Amino acid sequence: MPPMTDAAVEVRHRPAPVLVSLRGVSKTFPNGTVALSRLDLTVQAGEFLSLIGPSGCGKSTALRMLAGLTEPSTGAISWTGTRPEIGFVFQEPTLMPWASVFNNVWLPLRLRGIGKAEARPRIEDALAMVGLESFAASYPRELSGGMKMRVSIARALVLRPPLLLMDEPFAALDEITRSRLNDDLMRLAAELGTTVVFVTHSVYESVYLSSRIVVMAARPGRAVAELAVEAPRERDEDFRTTPVYAETCRRASRALHAAMSGQDAL
Amino acid sequence: MTVLSAPEPLVEAEIPAEPLGFRTRRLLPHRASEVLLPAAVFLLALLGWEAIVRLRGIPPYILPAPSLIVATLVKDWGVLSAALLVTLGTTVEALGLAIAGSLVLAMLFAQSKWIERAFFPFAVVLQVTPVVAIAPLLLIYLDGHTAVLVCAFLVAFFPILSNTALGLASTDHNLVELMELYRAPRWRQILLLRLPAAMPYFLGGLRIGGGLALIGAIVAEIAAGSAGQGSGLAFRIVESGFRLNIPRMFAALTLISFTGIVIYLAFGALGHLVLHRWHDSARSRGQ
Repeated sequence: MPPMTDAAVEVRHRPAPVLVSLRGVSKTFPNGTVALSRLDLTVQAGEFLSLIGPSGCGKSTALRMLAGLTEPSTGAISWTGTRPEIGFVFQEPTLMPWASVFNNVWLPLRLRGIGKAEARPRIEDALAMVGLESFAASYPRELSGGMKMRVSIARALVLRPPLLLMDEPFAALDEITRSRLNDDLMRLAAELGTTVVFVTHSVYESVYLSSRIVVMAARPGRAVAELAVEAPRERDEDFRTTPVYAETCRRASRALHAAMSGQDAL
Repeated sequence: MTVLSAPEPLVEAEIPAEPLGFRTRRLLPHRASEVLLPAAVFLLALLGWEAIVRLRGIPPYILPAPSLIVATLVKDWGVLSAALLVTLGTTVEALGLAIAGSLVLAMLFAQSKWIERAFFPFAVVLQVTPVVAIAPLLLIYLDGHTAVLVCAFLVAFFPILSNTALGLASTDHNLVELMELYRAPRWRQILLLRLPAAMPYFLGGLRIGGGLALIGAIVAEIAAGSAGQGSGLAFRIVESGFRLNIPRMFAALTLISFTGIVIYLAFGALGHLVLHRWHDSARSRGQ
């Protein structure tokens, strides 16, 4: 990568265009549970935004709304322009067990009417991005948990979506695998210029990955704090030992605890 | 005491041949217990049967010896094979209809809970009413062949339907949402997702339904046979009974059993062929 010019630094500090915004969004489920109450959230193009909060704070619901999988009860979701192509990664790898890795990654392309032969280079490319080029013919059950998650990410990225939504994707993985996938995800998002909205329970993971963190509280689900991670997007393991990382983790933890103690007071 | 006995297991544990020997010893009996053991026991039972018939001098019209049954099979092959073809034809036809019908109905059920609620009771009523009780009625309404076909269809239909419906309903919800995210039309969702997900269940239903179709055909043939119609294996059994041709009864019975086994094994092999790459049911543990 060429050394960063002053112009590039300036671009970084200019407010990025808004990709999508949620305004006063509430969601009440048929059983009466208020999952979200008047949530305001803006996603900027190119950012890595994490939503953290305790269970029941509506972070997954907000993500599903962005994906169009559930509609808000009140409020509005407005996209700048038309809704772009979206990639979604679930907490489980959610692969089709009867299909090879290749065919699993083919699915989004297939649903866009792209035949196998035409899709092949794009599938191979996506698999190479996650380091699984030699596993195209394998079946999901032959892979480890981390590898399955990599396939899931390759599938989400195969259409090169401008927006990638991830719902606690690494929660079920061991620490080493998780940290490796964090690094790979960060690299991919930067390389492809993908905007990422990432839901997690882990303060450390959110600080390591994100450019911005929104802390949410439960009952009713709402956003209570927002913090920017004042560090360049290109990070590695060394970032975990920097004062910025430690300080941001502390602030995020405090905000999270405040959100959770407020919940206890209720 | 404990101090004295302690070194012994230590020494034993150091012999490297032990785990290897254990492994080879386990592999062989595994295959033998699966194939050779049941075959040997079956052969022994046949030999015992043969011996008892010969030693006691039991006349063939009471209990024919296995050797006589085999001889009858060869001698009467013309009659019996024609009958077998008729029964097999009915079974295959009924099974085909049951597969088509249950697939269509199961997919309708998967489309809407209302359709399932409305029609599932009919399927249950048809299932719980014994086919042998319906057969005489069907013989009044329909001609012999059609009545037999409908009976075989009725018994094969339900297990395939209920299994397939269960399979279609148990598709991974996240995968369904993924299809929605990509705005896949409903028919693609069914084709790419629901049908493959239901495949293990469908094949399980087929394995039961295949055997039941044969049983249904036989039961209906017996009902039809006593009315003087038909030409299938069961009809030959009834006919041989009237003529006290017990060896031929046994020969026909042998053919029926054999057909049932072949159907069961064929669907088992089909299941293995389709599922062995991905489904736990078709894989051995630890694979």
